[in-house]
Amino acid sequence: MTEKTYKRADGRDPDETRKIEARVGVIKNADGSAFFSFGGSQAIAAVYGPRQLHPQHLQNPEKCLLRCNYDMLSFSVTERKRPGPSRRSAEISYVTTKALEPVLQLEGLPNTVVDVYIMILQADASTRCAGINAAAMALANAGIPMNGLVSAVSIGKIGDTIVADLTKEEEDFTVTKGGEEIKAVTDIPMAFTSRGNKITLLQLDGKIKPEELKEAIALGKKVCKKIAEIQAEAIKKVDKDKD
Amino acid sequence: MDTSSLTKKRIEELLQEGKRFDGRKPLEFRKIEIETGISKNAEGSARVRIGDTEVLVGVKMDVGEPFTDSPDSGALIVNAELLPLASRKFESGPPQIQAIELARLVDRGIRESEFVDLKKLGIKSGEKVWAVFVDIYPINDDGNLIDAAALAAVAALKTAVLPVLKDDKVQYGEFTTKGLPLKEMPITITCYKIGDSFVLDPTSQEEDSAKVRVTVTMTFDKETYIHALQKSGEGALSEEEILEIIKIAETEGKKLLKRFDEFLKKTAPK
Repeated sequence: MTEKTYKRADGRDPDETRKIEARVGVIKNADGSAFFSFGGSQAIAAVYGPRQLHPQHLQNPEKCLLRCNYDMLSFSVTERKRPGPSRRSAEISYVTTKALEPVLQLEGLPNTVVDVYIMILQADASTRCAGINAAAMALANAGIPMNGLVSAVSIGKIGDTIVADLTKEEEDFTVTKGGEEIKAVTDIPMAFTSRGNKITLLQLDGKIKPEELKEAIALGKKVCKKIAEIQAEAIKKVDKDKD
Repeated sequence: MDTSSLTKKRIEELLQEGKRFDGRKPLEFRKIEIETGISKNAEGSARVRIGDTEVLVGVKMDVGEPFTDSPDSGALIVNAELLPLASRKFESGPPQIQAIELARLVDRGIRESEFVDLKKLGIKSGEKVWAVFVDIYPINDDGNLIDAAALAAVAALKTAVLPVLKDDKVQYGEFTTKGLPLKEMPITITCYKIGDSFVLDPTSQEEDSAKVRVTVTMTFDKETYIHALQKSGEGALSEEEILEIIKIAETEGKKLLKRFDEFLKKTAPK
């Protein structure tokens, strides 16, 4: 296969995400919860709080703290993931917190915390984006004051084609150049606010020209708009059992 | 949220009349739902719901080294994480005693009943054997995690398949159609004592009201065998009470096994 003619294995158009499933109220004990999946990448999120923040030295007398925690089930990936936090999960937890913070209105709740626990049930790439989408829905489901939603998608450059919502197979795409197998994928997870289209998450690894990045961001914005509609629709369908 | 002493008292009083908040009889389980093959990347997986309690269990397999005293036996590793996602009571950080006890109770039931025939999981004598990881994740805790986790573990193992092995290396994400070498299914029943009454399948509130519990793992082939037993909690029990609990576990365990068997008949492996 040459770089120019990348066709997606699952027949999707470049700007098409995998099948999205979204629902809220999936964890009864939580104050808010949600499930979000891009095809085989499934995430759940639970929100507990606002509640008193411990340890005390982290307390802010002016506002509530947002604390996100991202992790994966050990069997969510093909090679068993050792249970417990890792450097990877710590970083993703951090960028997730920073992706969600801009839409939250946490002033006026002194010394409290909102805890968001994100768990990847099954992984097929783009898990941090699925996690952020689930977390935003769970926060809304918990009734945390928000100025709109946050929606995330990973945009990739495979060969020379810009595509939305990469699978694991696409993430591992290689081309043969001079008899050598080289990675030909750039992965750019990004998140947008639903009001104002501000970027709250942007990471990139790979190799891409500035004008291609511009194209990728434009595609991400378009796709996130659609995702926000699906999230908003799901948030309205609150489980009747939940008090 | 901790259960108030007033609620605990009411639970205890009602039980003296043989009643519970949700209208169940003292030894009656809530609705049980079992789903297998819930994860495409696991060798085996199951979701068990008992009332509002939900547990996910996955089986992953890898190649490991055998213990020196059993060069041909595979290894079984059971692990549980009590995610703060599942309940206010669970905290982040290294595994606490509740998580360790849960994993060890499930481990003991599977190991001592020889449900997974570890002797048949050797690959190269003294060098390579299969390691079977059973990982337990409660998603929502509304009581009776032990029985739910044990049931989910057995369901996940029952439907697990071996991964593809090439040059003694696991080809991650590629599966054979071959199941694990298994024997008689163990059934785990935990009996709680609230006041002077015995209760099965407690909700979180009922669990908080119990002073003591006993977990029994049994198999019921031609004869009934007890493979694992554990008394836990601050209270003490008389000899007669222990014997009564075993009787309850046998009667109710047989009922649970029957329901489980019927479910598994309708389920294909992974």
